Order: sequence, then structure tokens, then C-alpha cells
Amino acid sequence: MSAADTTTPAKVPPARQAPPPPPAAKEPARAKRTPGGTAVPWALLAPCLLVLVLVLGYPLVRLVTLSFQKFGQPQLWGFQPAESVGFDNFANVLGDGEFWSVVLRTIVFAAGCVVFTMVAGMLIALLLQRVSGWVKMLINIVLVASWGMPIIVATTVFKWLFDADYGILNALLSKLPGVEMIGHNWFASGPEGLAVIMLLVVWGAVPFVVITLSAGLTQVPKELEEAARLDGAGAWGVFRHVTLPILKPIIVMLTTLSVIWDVGVFPQVFVMRGGHPEAEFQLLTTYSYDKAFVVNDYAQGSAIALLTVVLLLGVVAVYMRQMLKIGEVE
Amino acid sequence: MSSVSSTSGVSTLAAPARRRRSKIGWNLLGLLVFVTAGFPVYWMLNTAFKPAKDAIDPDPSLFPTGLTLSNFSRALDISDFWGPVGRSLVVSLAVVVVGMAVGMLAALAISRFAFRGRKVVIVGILAVQMVPLVAMIIPVFLLLNDLGQYDRLTGLVITYLTFILPFTVWTLRGFIVNIPKELEEAAMVDGCSRTGAFVRVVFPLLAPGLVATSVYAFIQAWNEYLYALMLMSQQNQTATVWLANFTTKHGTEYAPMMAGSTMLAVPIVILFLLVQRKMAAGLTAGAVKG
Repeated sequence: MSAADTTTPAKVPPARQAPPPPPAAKEPARAKRTPGGTAVPWALLAPCLLVLVLVLGYPLVRLVTLSFQKFGQPQLWGFQPAESVGFDNFANVLGDGEFWSVVLRTIVFAAGCVVFTMVAGMLIALLLQRVSGWVKMLINIVLVASWGMPIIVATTVFKWLFDADYGILNALLSKLPGVEMIGHNWFASGPEGLAVIMLLVVWGAVPFVVITLSAGLTQVPKELEEAARLDGAGAWGVFRHVTLPILKPIIVMLTTLSVIWDVGVFPQVFVMRGGHPEAEFQLLTTYSYDKAFVVNDYAQGSAIALLTVVLLLGVVAVYMRQMLKIGEVE
Repeated sequence: MSSVSSTSGVSTLAAPARRRRSKIGWNLLGLLVFVTAGFPVYWMLNTAFKPAKDAIDPDPSLFPTGLTLSNFSRALDISDFWGPVGRSLVVSLAVVVVGMAVGMLAALAISRFAFRGRKVVIVGILAVQMVPLVAMIIPVFLLLNDLGQYDRLTGLVITYLTFILPFTVWTLRGFIVNIPKELEEAAMVDGCSRTGAFVRVVFPLLAPGLVATSVYAFIQAWNEYLYALMLMSQQNQTATVWLANFTTKHGTEYAPMMAGSTMLAVPIVILFLLVQRKMAAGLTAGAVKG
């Protein structure tokens, strides 16, 4: 969701031109940053922190407390106070076989999205280095256009492309000899429908990856590639032993971000299935939504959402470590 | 580019020809990527402008069959279009104005001051970006319900700020860091106050970055769907939710729906195309400086 993450491209060792200044000279430069004491920065931060605490911090706490309560329609309308039920919601959720199949489906779906996005993104970024300028420009325009497309519009368009009766895809496939696809319903089965949704997610996610990786690729020193080639490395060898290690920080960052975004996929499934995803299409996000707003069990919905967040914590930790390593340098 | 340098040491006669041939191969592959990635956008436009009866042809022509605006007028007829668009505009603009003002102050704090807790704030702002918004929908819904902000545009604005702010702070921080501190110091030596130095020196230099970030934030707010769906009732829906009106129990009117999609997407995509370059320029400038 943020091009901001591209603010910190690969940390490539800069060419040493001047010797580093003696540490003594550095001290006063750092001290210059603090003439105003601590009151000023906190005052500047206050409005931002206030908003974040109110609309993000408080709900986050509420999410936790909610998942330990009994909270349904009566509590929502205020007819009954919410009472604590301990781990009951979690016991219910974790004891439900459907929950586990949803977890498995979400993991397979997100993993597929991430792998395809990263591989396609890397291949296109490498391709962009080898094509002529005008081809590069054409691809860039298309990428930025698909990146800027509202997700809802993209989902609607894909629904139309894959329409059973009048969709262009079925019509094109039917032109192949021996293939009869007119009337084929891509959403009749969960796996096939989710594959289409995966394609939609990958289509929308690839541009960000390509553009970030392209920026990173321009920082790979030509001399290093040259040297590797002189040492007898083939194209794959150069990629594997020179390009990849240099791009590693960016790749880690992009992969972790993709995992977080792809586990959070919601509107694509929701809209594609007309607001009521069938059991075979449920991912953790839609499942939590269903439990809360369809079954009206807000507590169990929260428990599922909380479990999703916990599932992602490990990935977030990797991302944060990477960001701090490459981002917070100055 | 790299293939040129790879063979630069070898001067056989066959090399340039082979290089040219491989360039043609790469270009063909590139065009394939171009066509595949661009097809959904093309098909949206193609369907939007073709006569509605051609849209429901089981054997559709890949190329435009005629140019008509009837799908657009049908799309405008199906349900009120300007109401939702107006609401989306109000919400997105409010988010941008508040987000930039609040975000710029915070970005200044973490980029121009060293203070105890700075690192914690930075980590916090980064971490907040990582909370999946979908997981927060239930408590946010309950919170706005309690505050009496359910089905109000203000509630939506406040909610959007939570995902616009962290990103804004982080991006603006990147732009501010690239403005040499010495410029401010020089202004202050010449008698400006700290605020004066900011207004006269930093702000003008920050303006392009601020514009780019604003447009980006605007697009994010404009494109949001889930919260708009959950927090607003039918009669107060925003533009993205409006698009669902084409599917009724009688089926989906695809040609007008593609016209509706075109109306929603084209201005946004053009904005995005304009800003993306500017953002990239700002970003690469930062990269060179290291």
C-alpha cells in the first residue's frame, strides 16, 4: 500500500571517494539536531499520535478484549452487557474443523500469490533491462496503469473477462482446436475460482515489485557483473551470485510486504463472489467478516482476526528488522 | 544493456548480429508482457465503448466494433453517480488535507529533531503500517458506532487517516531528509526564527514531494472499498461501492458496468501516471544521496 517502502533502495556500498571524517568532527553535527529540547518534537508528533492511538490503538486493544467476551447482537444494541468468557471463543474457533481448512486455504492462496508475484516481478524487471527503450516505456505505462487501477474496478474487469457466457477468455480458449469452453463457469469450484482470484491479485501486485526491483537493479555495479563474467560465470551464475545477493534486502522487504498484503486479501474475493463467498472460497479475512457481520458473532470474528494477526507477527518481525537495517540509517 | 557490455571484449563479426537478434527476441517477449498485462485495461475500455449488443456476443471481436457512449449514459441512469462521486471526493480531499498537515508535523519531528523516544516512534509508525486493516474492521465498526459516527463521512475520514498517516509520515520524512539542514541553519543565522526558516526555506523545497504524496494519499482514499462498504449505508455510499449496483438479482449489466469502471478508473490512473514519475524522481534522488 505504500510506495514509501521504495524510499530505501538496496544498500549498496558507496564508492569510497573521501576517507570518512574523523569521529570528532561528527559529534557537533549530531548535536545540531537538538536545539529545541524534547517538548517541540513531541508537540509536533502529538496530533499524529492522537489520531493513531484513537482510531488504531484503541480498536487494536478492543480487538483483543472483544475476543475474550461474549459479544453478539444484544450486546451491540446495548441490551446486555458484554461479559468475559475467557478462552471460550478461541476454543470454539480452534476446535472447528472448518477454521483449519480456512487457515490451510489462506496459506496456500497467499503463498501462491507471493511466489508468482515475486517470480513474475523479478523476470519482468530483468527483462526491462534487456529490451529497447520504447518497449520499456510501453511496459512501464501498462504497469503503472494496472497499479493505479482501483482494486474494485480491477476485480469487476476480471469478473467480466472470466464470465461464463460472454467472457472473452472462454471465447478465446474455444478458438483452440478441440477446446470447448463457452459456458464454462470458472467459479463453480473453489480451487479454480481462487486461481482466477490469485491471477487478479498477482496482476495488481506485480507492478510495485517490478518498479522497486528495477530501481534496485540500477544499483548493481556493472563492474561486479563484468568481473563475475570474466571469472567464467554464465548468465544464471551472475544472477545467482552477484545480482541476487545485492538485491536481497529489497527482496526480503518485498516478500514480507507481499505476504502481509496477500493474507489480507479481501475485496477481491468478496466482490468476485457477489458479497457472499461460498464455503470453498473462504479465506481468513472473509471468514472473520462472515462470523462477525453475517452470523453476528462479533467476538468470534475478532478471535479469528486476532489469530490472523498473530499468524502474521513473525513475518512482520522480519520486515521490521529489514527496514531498520536499511531504512533508519541517517 | 548488460548484454552489450558482456561481449565487449570479444570482437568477432558474428557478435553484433547475434546481439541484434537477441535484442529482437527480448523485445518480442517484452511486447508479449505488454499485451498480457495491458489486456484487462484494454478490454475494459473496449467493452465500455462498444454497442451493448456487441458486448453480449458469444464470439466477441477482439477489436473495437463501433464507438458509442450509450453505455455511459446507461451507467449514469442505473443509480445516482454524482452523489457517490461527490462523497468520495469530499472524503478523499479531507483525508489529504488533514493527513498532510498532521503528517508533515510528525515527519518534521522525526527527521529534524533528535529526542528520547524517536526510535520508538519510528518503529511504531512502521509497525502500524503492518496491521492488516481487514482485521480491524470489527472494533472500528463498534468504535464509530459508539461515537455516533457510523454512516457519517467524518467517521470515514478519521478511519482513512489511520492508513494514510503512517505512509505519509514515512514518505515525507524521506523528502525532508534530502533537504540539506545547512539551508535552514543559514536562514536562522540570517535572523529567521525556526518556524520562519521552515516556512521560507524547507517548505518550498518540500512542496513537490508534498504534492506527490498528497495525490498518492488521495488515490488510496479514493480506491478504498471495505470500510466504505461497512461504515456507510446504501444512501451514503461512495464511488467504489457504487460499482456494485450493476449486479442485481437479474444478472449483471456488463457493458454499462465497464463504462462505470472506466469513469472511476481513468482519472485515477492518469493521476497515478503523473505522480508516479515524480515520486520515483524524489525516491531516486534520495537514493543517490544515500
